[in-house]
Amino acid sequence: MRTKRRVGGSADRVPLVRLAHARSGDKGDTANVGLIALEPGYYPVLVKQVTAARVARHFKGIITGKVERFELPNLNALNFLLHGALGGGGTLSLKTDAQGKVFSTALLRLEIPVPQGLLE
Amino acid sequence: MNEQPGGATRIACAQGFWGDWLEAPARQVTGGPIDYLMMDYLAEVTMSILQKQRSRDRSLGYATDFVVAMERLLPEIVNRSIRVTANAGGVNPRSCAEAVIAAARKLGLRGKVKVGVVTGDDIMTRLDDLIARGHPFANLDTGEPLSGVRDAVQSANAYLGAWPVVEALGRGANIIVTGRVTDTGLTLGPMIHEFGWKEHDWDRLAAGTVAGHIIECGAQCSGGNCLKDWRSIRGLEDPGYPIVEAASDGSFVVTKHPNTGGRVSVATVTEQLVYEMGDPRAYITPDCIADFTTIRLEQRGVDRVVVRDIRGRPATDSLKVSIAYAAGYKAVGTLVYAWPEAMDKAARADAILRARLQRLGLKFEEVLTEFVGANATHGRLAGKPNPDIAEVQLRVGVRAQERAPVERFSREIAPLVLNGPPSVTGFAGGRPKVEEIVAYWPALIAKSEIRPVVEILEA
Repeated sequence: MRTKRRVGGSADRVPLVRLAHARSGDKGDTANVGLIALEPGYYPVLVKQVTAARVARHFKGIITGKVERFELPNLNALNFLLHGALGGGGTLSLKTDAQGKVFSTALLRLEIPVPQGLLE
Repeated sequence: MNEQPGGATRIACAQGFWGDWLEAPARQVTGGPIDYLMMDYLAEVTMSILQKQRSRDRSLGYATDFVVAMERLLPEIVNRSIRVTANAGGVNPRSCAEAVIAAARKLGLRGKVKVGVVTGDDIMTRLDDLIARGHPFANLDTGEPLSGVRDAVQSANAYLGAWPVVEALGRGANIIVTGRVTDTGLTLGPMIHEFGWKEHDWDRLAAGTVAGHIIECGAQCSGGNCLKDWRSIRGLEDPGYPIVEAASDGSFVVTKHPNTGGRVSVATVTEQLVYEMGDPRAYITPDCIADFTTIRLEQRGVDRVVVRDIRGRPATDSLKVSIAYAAGYKAVGTLVYAWPEAMDKAARADAILRARLQRLGLKFEEVLTEFVGANATHGRLAGKPNPDIAEVQLRVGVRAQERAPVERFSREIAPLVLNGPPSVTGFAGGRPKVEEIVAYWPALIAKSEIRPVVEILEA
């Protein structure tokens, strides 16, 4: 798997799995993903780069509703609500992941630009 | 209760849902000192499952696992002066309590067990009256009024908070059995009782609520299902379930018994804090609104995380209501296709199956195909399936209002083994099971309409 690529010599692109851990769950047809920085120094990068719009693009075609984002600087975490993510949700859903348990790692596939040297 | 230096009250979680590890209650009771044993049995759909059981047998409708645990542990619980809070009562708390009383008598504990029964959450018989008086029970997600599915409703329960638990403790009960009390209320209740917190101590009530949220899913805050450094989390064959050591100022420590597996760290606790979170500034319960953006976590020793500085706001005037209604039928069928060209064979089988369903004229609300091993959980984000993949599980689900098309679908899977694409196996489980769907309808009700009831039964 490609994990690192130069962009214009000023930034690297890395998948979120190298910057954060995550847990997800459900509320009806909405999945939530809590994204937690692996190091406090990564949190400002997550705040800047992992916008609701970028997450919505990442999940385009997979979710049918909008994406909301909330900040928890005290926990170095962001919380995302992915609406229309679970095929009706709860017992109505036919999906393997009817309760959105692994939307967490699906988000960790997202690649974002990070300042050069951040991971060194 | 407060024999510990510093006056901490130790609340141990022993079940995170109905179906959780049967050994956990015994481990929590005997693994070290605790003051309270908290057990959360009720997920959103559990109430409707229990309602179905009760409709078949009036004496059922509660989490029977709880009674089994009490039969095993009551002597130790009494000896160690542990008090138990559990929402095991489901839709029939009274029968659950009577079963605990019967167990206590059989164990020779007459006079030593007082069961507090919390009811008043069940509004099923009042539903039409409440609707007639102008409560629409609008769906919190969609805004639709309940009238559209009223005839399909199977159960309706308001979420009660910590205060009826506090009342039961105050009246001397050592085992508290409740109906639909919030998961967090089972932890907050003992804190209010121990520390004498008041109804407007919003910061402290929020702190107890956060403590409840952290431990309500059992080992999911103490190393279970933890992604960060998961390989290094050892001893999960004997996981330590979480314990909160609470202080009267609202601060608390999350920990677990010594010599148990798993881990309590800032990472394991943070993952649980964000689980099923909505707006972190407004975690709404019947007791208060907790602000998760104020929580401070700090590792202080091995498997000890201090939690403090939590702020809360006044509770709202409403209670959430959990309504279960019949919403049709579904079934899921699976077959496994092996190398070579496993993915193509599975995809061809899916196309054949869909064509047959169509030719039969069967109508479904939804037909969903997933290829387990290729893209079932991450969809297109998983990329193109490896053409050399060893095997793929074809998983097809259907849903309909009527039972008949789902029943017929369940008979269309097996024939593919002989009359479809090759290299297919994994049909040992037989025909897919047709399931009745009991769906969840979240709504609100004015608090003034709900009156919790506490009764005390003695063994």
